Amino acid sequence: MIEMFDVWKTYANGTNALKGVSVKIDKGEFVYVVGPSGAGKSTFIKLMYREEKPTKGQIFLGGFNISKIKERQIPIVRRSIGVVFQDFKLLPTLTVYENVAFAMEVIETPTKLIKPRVMDVLGLVKLKHKAKMLPNELSGGEQQRVALARALVNNPGIIIADEPTGNLDPDTSWEIMKLFDEINNNGTTVVMATHNREIVNSMRRRVIAIEGGEIVRDELRGEYGYED
Amino acid sequence: MKIRTLGRHVREGAKNLGRNGWMTFASVSAVSITLLILGVFLILALNVNHIAQTVEKQVEIRVFLDVLADKTIATQVQDQIEANPKVDTVTFISKEEGLEQLKKRFGQNAKLLEGLEDDNPLPDTLVVKAKVPSETASIAKEVKGLEHVEDVSYGEGTVEKLFTATAAIRNVGIIFIVGLAFTAMFLIANTIRLTIMARRREIEIMKLVGATNWFIRWPFFVEGLLMGSIGALIPIVILTGGYYYLVDKVNTSMTVVFFSLLPMNPLSYQVALILISIGAFIGIWGSMISVRRFLRV
Ligand SMILES: Nc1ncnc2c1ncn2[C@@H]1O[C@H](COP(=O)(O)OP(=O)(O)OP(=O)(O)O)[C@@H](O)[C@H]1O
Ligand SMILES: [Mg+2]
Repeated sequence: MIEMFDVWKTYANGTNALKGVSVKIDKGEFVYVVGPSGAGKSTFIKLMYREEKPTKGQIFLGGFNISKIKERQIPIVRRSIGVVFQDFKLLPTLTVYENVAFAMEVIETPTKLIKPRVMDVLGLVKLKHKAKMLPNELSGGEQQRVALARALVNNPGIIIADEPTGNLDPDTSWEIMKLFDEINNNGTTVVMATHNREIVNSMRRRVIAIEGGEIVRDELRGEYGYED
Repeated sequence: MKIRTLGRHVREGAKNLGRNGWMTFASVSAVSITLLILGVFLILALNVNHIAQTVEKQVEIRVFLDVLADKTIATQVQDQIEANPKVDTVTFISKEEGLEQLKKRFGQNAKLLEGLEDDNPLPDTLVVKAKVPSETASIAKEVKGLEHVEDVSYGEGTVEKLFTATAAIRNVGIIFIVGLAFTAMFLIANTIRLTIMARRREIEIMKLVGATNWFIRWPFFVEGLLMGSIGALIPIVILTGGYYYLVDKVNTSMTVVFFSLLPMNPLSYQVALILISIGAFIGIWGSMISVRRFLRV
């Protein structure tokens, strides 16, 4: 599903964010990416949805060599990935329903397919009853559920998340994490960078630890392993 | 592109105008104000050009044939001059007609000219008009070299000064209008850039979920087109109204007879077309260059 071969990332200012990362993530896996601040987790995530290009090395994702693809193919790759962020990235002027439908509209889904599908995913994240509300009328956890619904609505094979619980309190974080687990149980691959020690330790999923731009640990039923 | 998608882009572009109400207002005002100034200068320049043309058209060459020239020779010379591609019209005025015209001009004192009929001292004359008035001098020079041409007269000196003046007025007008058009473009592009800056998040999300660059661009294209066109409509209404009033005042006023303003039709249509085109062009151009910055991966 996702494979990296000796991937390096040097930013324009000379920072070496990743130094020779090789990894293989199979279809249907649930992977936590952990590590101290500045280790290169976000960079690792960004390379996967082609927000950044590797300086060196190859990245394969769902049949594409995304280190080689042309600019105009990026949208095609993005359609097979759902992305979730710490800051939700919802459009404040659109309702919950519109925020989710937006993701279907912009890839030119036939209109009559949009409504049933949006209502489906809103059902999945338990927000059907708030479909007409604006993001600022929702709690942080609810906003993240909308973002998750948007990431899921086009049926991507992979969900990538960069600290999705970073802005949420422990209870709400658990709620979101359960949703990710449910999505993963339905067959979607999940890759999540996180600082949430408690969750990583109790879920016991695959853990990839990055330090100083290198993978220092990769365990199938891993633990968080840091005391931050 | 599917029709449904095109419809979506147009709807979305129009909706965005409303959603970004204040920014739209700022952009449309910027377009309106600059196009209004541009329009005023355009109308001014076109009219100055028109007046210059009217004056220039009055320039003609009088070709005096020698006394020996008879009707056949006069026709020959006329044909020769007409063969010159720079020449527009040649009119023959016989010495008799010349005398008649002179008498008319003398009016009451025409008696002074009596008796001249039998021994008419006037030469046969050809009146030549150039296709391009500024070619007058060079035509006169060529005609002067022809056989049976005694002399030519076209107000040498004065005519050259007139042409230098009208050329200067035209050049200054063109420079002014081009300069103004560029100022308008940058002003508008900047305003539109601000409206797009405010929407970078929207673009970012569209890209995240896999929208193509053109899908993202189209609503901005429509928006720029609409802003530019709406921005042009306001000065068009003001200018057309104002000019209608002005033409009415000037062209019917008896005190100003030595020139007339260009008529409403077609001037108002021409100016409207120019302003709409410029407005639409800078609207589209402004939003396209601004959105481009956010499309880079
Ligand atoms: N756009 C950029 N330009 C230059 N340097 C960058 C850029 N993005 C990240 N870096 C640098 O690359 C390194 C890795 O950053 P990254 O964001 O991947 O870390 P992280 O593991 O996600 O950290 P955190 O846990 O704080 O989110 C850091 O030293 C960071 O300063
Ligand atoms: Mg990070």
